[in-house]
Parts: sequence; structure tokens; C-alpha cells
Amino acid sequence: MSTNVVMPQLGESVIEGTIGKWFKQVGDKVEQYESIMEVVTDKVTTEIPSPAAGTVLQILIAEGATVNAGTVVAIIGAAGESVSAPVPQKPSDNGQALAPTLPTNQPTSKLSNQRLTPVVARMLADNNIADAELATIQGTGEGGRISKKDIENFLKTRGNSKKPGTALEAWEQPGTGELFRPTEEVFGKPYPQTPTPTLPAQDKPDRKQQAYGSVGEEIVPVSPMRKAIAEHMVRSKQIAPHVTSVHEADMSRVIAYQKAHEAEFAKQGVKLTLTAFFVQAAVVALKAWPIVNASYTDQGILMKRDINIGIAVALEDGLIVPVVKHADDKSLLGIARSVNDLASRAREKRLQPDEVQGGTFTITNYGIFGSLFGMPVINQPQSAILGVGTIQKRAVVRDDAIAIRPMIYLSITIDHRLLDGAIGDQFMQKLKQFLEEYK
Amino acid sequence: MATLTNIDAITRTLQEEMRRDPNIFITGEDVGVRGGVFRATKGLIEEFGDKRVVDSPLSELSIVAIGIGAAMYGLHPVCEIQFADYIAPAFNQIVNEAARVRYRSNGTWTCPMIIRTPYGGGVGGGLYHSQSIEATYAHVPGLYVVAPSTPYDIVGMLRYAFRVDDPVLFLEHKKTYRLIKGDVPDDYYTIPFGKADVKRAGTDVTVVAYGLMLHETLNAAEQVAADDISVEVIDPRTLNPIDKATILASVKKTSKALIVYEDNLTLGWGAEIAAIIASEAFEYLDAPVMRVAGPDVPAVPFARTMQDFFMPNAEKIASAIRKLAKY
Amino acid sequence: MSTQIALQVEAKHRGLGLSDEQVLEMYWNILLARRLDERMWILHRQHQVAFHISGIGHEATQVGAAFTLKKGYDWTHLYYRDIALALTIGMTPRDMMLSLYGKQGDPASGGRQMPSHFGNRQLKIVTGSSPVATQIPQASGIAFAIKYKGTDEVVLTSFGEGSTSEGDFHEALNWAGIFKLPVIFLCENNQYAISEPTAKEMPVKNVADRAVAYGMPGVIVDGNDALEMYRVVRDAVERARRGEGATLVEAKTYRPVPHSSDDDDRTYRSREEVEGWKKKDPVLLMRRYLESVGLMDDARAQEYEARAKQAVDDANEFARNAPYPLAETALENVWGQVSEQWSVDSGQKPSTTH
Repeated sequence: MSTNVVMPQLGESVIEGTIGKWFKQVGDKVEQYESIMEVVTDKVTTEIPSPAAGTVLQILIAEGATVNAGTVVAIIGAAGESVSAPVPQKPSDNGQALAPTLPTNQPTSKLSNQRLTPVVARMLADNNIADAELATIQGTGEGGRISKKDIENFLKTRGNSKKPGTALEAWEQPGTGELFRPTEEVFGKPYPQTPTPTLPAQDKPDRKQQAYGSVGEEIVPVSPMRKAIAEHMVRSKQIAPHVTSVHEADMSRVIAYQKAHEAEFAKQGVKLTLTAFFVQAAVVALKAWPIVNASYTDQGILMKRDINIGIAVALEDGLIVPVVKHADDKSLLGIARSVNDLASRAREKRLQPDEVQGGTFTITNYGIFGSLFGMPVINQPQSAILGVGTIQKRAVVRDDAIAIRPMIYLSITIDHRLLDGAIGDQFMQKLKQFLEEYK
Repeated sequence: MATLTNIDAITRTLQEEMRRDPNIFITGEDVGVRGGVFRATKGLIEEFGDKRVVDSPLSELSIVAIGIGAAMYGLHPVCEIQFADYIAPAFNQIVNEAARVRYRSNGTWTCPMIIRTPYGGGVGGGLYHSQSIEATYAHVPGLYVVAPSTPYDIVGMLRYAFRVDDPVLFLEHKKTYRLIKGDVPDDYYTIPFGKADVKRAGTDVTVVAYGLMLHETLNAAEQVAADDISVEVIDPRTLNPIDKATILASVKKTSKALIVYEDNLTLGWGAEIAAIIASEAFEYLDAPVMRVAGPDVPAVPFARTMQDFFMPNAEKIASAIRKLAKY
Repeated sequence: MSTQIALQVEAKHRGLGLSDEQVLEMYWNILLARRLDERMWILHRQHQVAFHISGIGHEATQVGAAFTLKKGYDWTHLYYRDIALALTIGMTPRDMMLSLYGKQGDPASGGRQMPSHFGNRQLKIVTGSSPVATQIPQASGIAFAIKYKGTDEVVLTSFGEGSTSEGDFHEALNWAGIFKLPVIFLCENNQYAISEPTAKEMPVKNVADRAVAYGMPGVIVDGNDALEMYRVVRDAVERARRGEGATLVEAKTYRPVPHSSDDDDRTYRSREEVEGWKKKDPVLLMRRYLESVGLMDDARAQEYEARAKQAVDDANEFARNAPYPLAETALENVWGQVSEQWSVDSGQKPSTTH
């Protein structure tokens, strides 16, 4: 009696996931609830526990492949049990729209789960062999593995096969003279073009054939996170008209407070970072200007009661935005504690899916890398994002005299569909005032 | 063209070179009157006298150290260590001294000497007459380590050894001394160090082997040819420095690599070749890089059954080749 | 100066065949070595250089011995205390300082070795290393080659008494005894191998007692007396040149300074013992001798001191200002180049049978 392992739905708006890593191979034993695979979405990367104990009979989706939630990705059963096709599974019923059926360009034969040796992978790429073609190659290596020889043989015969739409022989093609003009043409139908050979649809990025040692260029595959970030950024800029305005704030009192209290916070196991103060300030400003906490939709303005502040965390290969939920209910200590915890677990890739969802406003701190001010991209579906620059001691004018103060530039990017500059700036003034008068 | 055994190739080349260059002398235990316990220096004391073929006291350390001093003076000594198993007392002088003379004097002093020693098992020699020592010494920059395994290669490389101004550890597999025969051209030729040789051309699997294992591998290649597996056999000939280019070119062609060595598997010479192939021919591999070697026990045991268990042979190599070809 | 004394007693140096110039030259080398060595200690304690290993106390032993050799003809294979010996053979204070600082142009090793690893091709000072006693059998090898070529060169090799515990020492003397090689084994016994006194180092009272086991004479000499050193070593050199073989010379001297700049000798001997040596300081003894034969007075002594200081200052400045070796030179001189002419293709590929 076999059990299907399906792609879970990680996040309310997430409809697909990418297999980051298989922890088990065909033939391996697995315990129930033992981590069987790692799944990556644009929100979160997480390990998935096995739904059953048994032996992995088939792995249907390879590492790096992206499928819709609900897709059967592997089958577990008793050792030696034969399974010919994945058992059809009801999609998870959480009230969401049903995931569409498996995309047709995903091969379901067991070829797709095999690891390819380096030379085979290179030959596939160098010769533009698509997955569908790969699916037609019979592996003669151990266990049906595709070997270099198999690819070599395939390439020998590949040129010979007649694909649909291959060029016709000269005498089979219609001529260009009036004498040969087909009657359809005469009566207004389009003149048939000499068909060009079409290659089957590819979902692999084209890799230009390169001699080793060609100067300066190579194609490196994108990680799932990078792909997700890329899509998100493009989409955000396309949806929302981005307007940024920059304010500056005097951080003297905040810094003084921090210095005065960091020891006592540390005693409670909490590192008091400046981020916590920015979160507090954002909460105060959002309470004063709730429209900034809302989202623009075609149906109307979606007002949100909860204030959930996202903190952008830089990872070595991208970024992720964990959310401090109900930040308005928390004290400075509580905020700082949450920020510490989320940031460290973000870097260790141990966030839960709901910790990267539900944000209503985001703060991004690029100041730690030295930037004075920036123009951040809005984190959809929110309406605004606060950018925090580096703190710099500058000469400023106070009471007509020059003083040295630790100054910071704060940027606010707003979705101009919903928010006008006036609202954004007043929001910022409130935020700035809170920081400058901190006690 | 003459047909010589491996050991004749050594004796004849030593004789030729000593005739050519009066600064060459040989020293070691029993090399003179006895002509060497394997008879590698047979006839030489009769021709060149006991000043040039010098029976030494039983002290490997000073056999090498005397050679180092004489080499730095300007002679070209050949120091024989009776069995590679006994080279350890000379380790300090070989590694810390001979191999470093050029480097530590920034090129003002050099140490042109040859340390010859029989190595390897399969002769009923037990733990202390069967060892392979190349892994330890091939690791030392400044010390040439060579292991030619055919008469043609021995003659060419022993001649070249006398042209080189750095210390050479010249390894001679004792089982091949009389077992291997081959043709040697009459005309003068040399084989420079650092050049591997394709002993057998093939297309399906590359096997790198030296010493007795070269011959076992050639046997194995014949066996598997019957199963339509075409094996390319690379004989490195020089173990330090390594001819990476020849080995990598072969692996890029066949996409499957097997390295055979008689020494203990772990950290043996072939482990470095496996690492080189994995890092520099990765994209050409159609199978993991495999090794056939001796087990990780202190040395080759004496009892026949245990010796046979230890030593790789044509059957074991052929079986590994078949597995690799099938992958 | 008292000419009366000079007339009544023949000066010892003249009895040994040394001219006044030569004996003053001996003093000069002893003094220069001492002042150079002292400066090197100072530089280390000032953190200007990383390491120094000293020959203070050994000057008479080394200079006396070195004077018996034909510079640039005979061979020497030294150890790390032989600053005075190397200077006498012909290395310069600048050479020593370059190697102390590890600067480019250091003739011994181009900055690759620690200081006091002497080497000079022209002077036939063989390149030294750190492992103790390895030079001794190599010196026998050089002597073997000398005998092989039939010249009358000799090789002198020096080492501390600690080195005589290494197997290398015994094997070297064994060969030298068997083959009657033209080598002088000079043991500079300064009573301590780092912290270990000779009683811990050997079961016999003198290193020289071992010579009989190797079929050669063993001679003990007062290492603080440069002229005695000269006399004894000269005998050994002449013996070797005549083809009569090797000699083991044991010079009894003392090391008043720690083993090296990394050693603290207060942990293993008393200050009284070290102070006691000052009465036998070879610089002092040599000066007294020269005064006794009318070749030295305060004015001349000061002149020598000034010259020595000038030479040391010059060498110090020179080395301090010299550049460091280029980092990439660390990759050079691992292998030698072999001329293309030695790659001779046979044009054939004969087969092998089994």
C-alpha cells in the first residue's frame, strides 16, 4: 500500500514550490515524520517531513524542479513494491483555489529523477538537448542510467529523424511563380511559408555552446530564491508606481537610550539593536496614519487592523523578510527579542512559513553596508517601505550654532496609487519626531 | 636493438654512464664485490675498481649523506639502499637535506645524486622486503621520484637522471627485475622526467598504473578486451612531478578513470591523481573516479594466502574495469 | 711597551709560524665577531629582528681553527654558532646582517633560512640547515669526494657537543675512519646543549674519548686560547693533507649567553657560573696576549674598537635599509632547469613482453 509525497502549499499566496534537496534516494528507508526533502518557495525554505514510514519507491520530481502545490513528487511504500503511475491525490483543502494540473512540460518518466553525470549534463547543454528529447533516450548504464555513450549514440541519430515541421524537399515545396500559386492564395488565404523546424518547448535556459576557456562569460544557473526575488521585484515595480522621499533624523536620543539600556537588555538575553527602535517608530507612525498600513486593490482599499512589521534580512545568496507580528502590542524589549530571534533564524534558514507572511509594512536597513539613503522597492502587497541609511556624525545647525549629531537619512517609498506624497511625508514626520524625542 | 630484462637495463646503463663520466661513483651495501644482492651492479667493480664502486658500512643515513656531500662537491653519486623498506634512517638526509639544498641556498648549491632502491611486493618478502615508499617521497618538492617499469623506460630515464642537477629517488620494482623483458634501441635516447606514457591506447576506460601494477593492468586490459571494453593504460613513469596533461587528456577522452597502485589505499600516490581528475576533469566524468590498491594494513604479509590477498593483480583490476565500464 | 719581554721569550705566535700581522688579524676577527654578535642581540631585544643565535664565547675556538685553512680552497661545513669562523673564512658583516634581517640579497639563502645558516659557494662554505649534526656525514662525503679526485683539499666541519649524540655524528666518523678521509671534526664543547649539561649528554667525560672507537686521534684543546686552537687544528689539517685521515678535535669552551634569543638560561644555571666565565673571555685573553708581546696598547685597542663599531654600524644600516625579498621568489629554485639537449627522442617505441 503506497503513499504519495506531495508538494505542500507553503504560504497563502504560494501556488508552487521548488525541490531544493532530496534527503532520501530511491531505495532508502524513511521514518514517518523524518525530513524527506527541502522545499524552496519565494517566501521560505523548509524541510518537509515524510507522510509515512517505508522505502522510497520513486522520486518523480528532481532537485531544482518547480511544481504546483499538490503535485505528487515521490512515492513511499514497501520495499520491492512496484508502482507504475502516481496515485491521483486530492489537493489540500484549505479553501484556496485548486492548484492546476501538473504542467505538461514536466516529464513524469523515471528519467527525471536520475542524477546526470557531469559529462552527460554538459553534453545535454552543449547540444541543446531538451528534457523531452532526454525522455526518449534509453539509458544503458547501471540501473538504466543514461551514460555518455547513450548521448553520443543519440546525437548520431538525432539529425536523421524527421520532426514535425521539418523542411520539405525542394520539389515538395510550393513554388513562387504565378503558375504554382495555390488556389487558396488566389482566394485570399495566407501563402504557406516554408516551415522552419521547431524544437520542442524547452524549460531549461538555453546554454550557449562554449569552448572551454572562452573569455569572460559563463552562464550560472539561478537558485530558487534568486528567481523568486527577481520575479517579485519586477512584479512590484510593475504594479505600484514607486515614489521615494527622504527625511533625516537626529539619532542622539535613541543612541543614548540604547547605550543606557543595552546592558539591562543583555541581562535578559536580548541584544538591543537600533532596528527595534525603528520598528517602534514605525508602529507609532502607522497608528497615526493607518492608511499607510493598508493595501490598494481593484475592489477597494484593504484596511488592515494588525500592524505586522517585516524586517528585511540579508542572506548570503539573497534576502528574506521575516515579520514581527502585532508589533503594536509589544514593548521595546518584546520587539527587540522578536527581531533578534527572527533575524538569526532567518540566517539559519529556520523560519516557519507563517513568519514570512502577513506583513503590513516593511523596514529595510541598508545603512549597515554604508549606504546614506536609498530608494527601496515595495514589498507587495504592502503600500510603503521604510529605508534606513547609515548613521553618520554630521555638522548640523541647532539654534543657529553648529553642533555635531549622529544623523540618519530615512527614505519612504510609497505606492502612489494609494498614498500621496503629503501623506507619506507626514507619516515620516511623525516617525522622525518619535525618534528625535525618544525617551 | 637489444632485448634486456629490467635489471639488465639498470646494470648496462650504469656501466655506460660510468664510462662516460668519471665523476660517477656507486656506493651502498654489497654493491661492490657481491655486485649487489639483486646483482644490479654485477661486473661494475671489476671494470671500475673499488674506488668507484664502494662497499659501504651498514648505515643508510650515511650512505645518503656521503652522497650528498660528494654531490655538493661536484661528483655524481649513485647511492643504493638495499631495500626501500630500509630507507627510513635516511629520511632526514633525503627530505630535509638533499631535497632542500637548492632551495635553501637560493640556487647557489645543488645536489645531483641518484638514490636507487628496489621496492614492491609479491616476492614472499613479508613486511620488510615488500614496501612501497613513493607516497611519502613524491610529496617532497625538490626530490624527483621516478618508477620506470620497462627496460626501454629504465634506460631512458636512468640516463636522464645523470643529467639532472637535483636528487632523484629511482624506484625499481624488485619483482619486475627479471620478470619483465623488452627491447632497447641501440641509438642513444633519453626520457625526460615528468612525462607519462600511453602504454595502451583505448576509448572506454583510462587506467593509470606504474611498477608491477603497470604489467598487471596491461594483462587486465587484454582480458577485458574480449568483453569489448577498450582500456587506455597510462604509465606515469615519473611520480614527482606529475604529468597531469597526459592523464587529463586521456580521462577527457574516456570519461572513466581508474588508478591502480600496490601501496596502501589511503593517502597513496593514486589518491592525488584521483583528486586532480576530480577537480580538473570533473565536467568530463561519466562515473566516479575509482582506485584499486592494497588494503590499509602495515605492509605485505609473508604467508602466501595473505600476500595474495594484499596484492592487486590482473583479475582484481579487470573486475574493477568491468564495473567501471558498466556504470 | 716592553721590548725586554719581547727579546727574552719568543712570542708564542711566532713559534707557531704566525707573523705579527697575522696574529693581529686573529684579534681583529675575534673582536669584530664579538661586536657584531653583541649588536645582533641588541637588535633582537629592540624587536628589530625576529631571531638571533649567538657565538659569543666561541670566538677563539673558531678564529684559531679558521686560520689553518686555505680560504676558498678548503671546505667548511658549519653550524649556527660559527659567526667568527665564517667571518674569518671571508663572509662579511653585511652578509650576516642581511641574513639576520631576512633581506633580499642575503647570499646564504635569499632570505629563505633563519639567520646563521651560513653558505657561500665561492668560499666553499657549504649551505647549512637546522637539523642538528646532518652536516657531519655530509662533510665526510665531501672528504670522500676530495679523496676521490685526489686533491689536497681538506674539509673542516664544526658542531656542538650535543650533536655528538646524533647518529649522524657516529656514522660520519665511522666512514671517515674506514676510508681515512681528509676531514677535521671540530667539536666546540661549550658545556651546554640548550639547557642540558654534558653530563646528561654523554656517558664519557670528553667527546674526544670517542675518537678511538672510529680509528682516529681525538685531541682536547683549550677553546679560549686562539693560538692553541691554531696549533692543534693545524696539525689535524696537515695530517689530512698528507692522506693520513681524519681527526676529532674537541675544543673546551663556554657559552655565556643563552642558546638563542628564545632561550632563558636563568632557568638552568646560576649567574655566578656565567660571571665566572668572564675571566676567560677570549677577547680579553687575546688582548692580554697581544699586550704581553708588545703588539697592543690602549690606543691601538681603541682604534680596533672604532673600526669594529664602524663595520658593525655599516652592516646594520645596510641591512636595515635593504628591501625584503619579493614574495613570489618563494616559488623559485625548487627544481633546476635541465637543458633541452638532454631530451633525446629515440624515435621508436619498442614493445615489452612478460
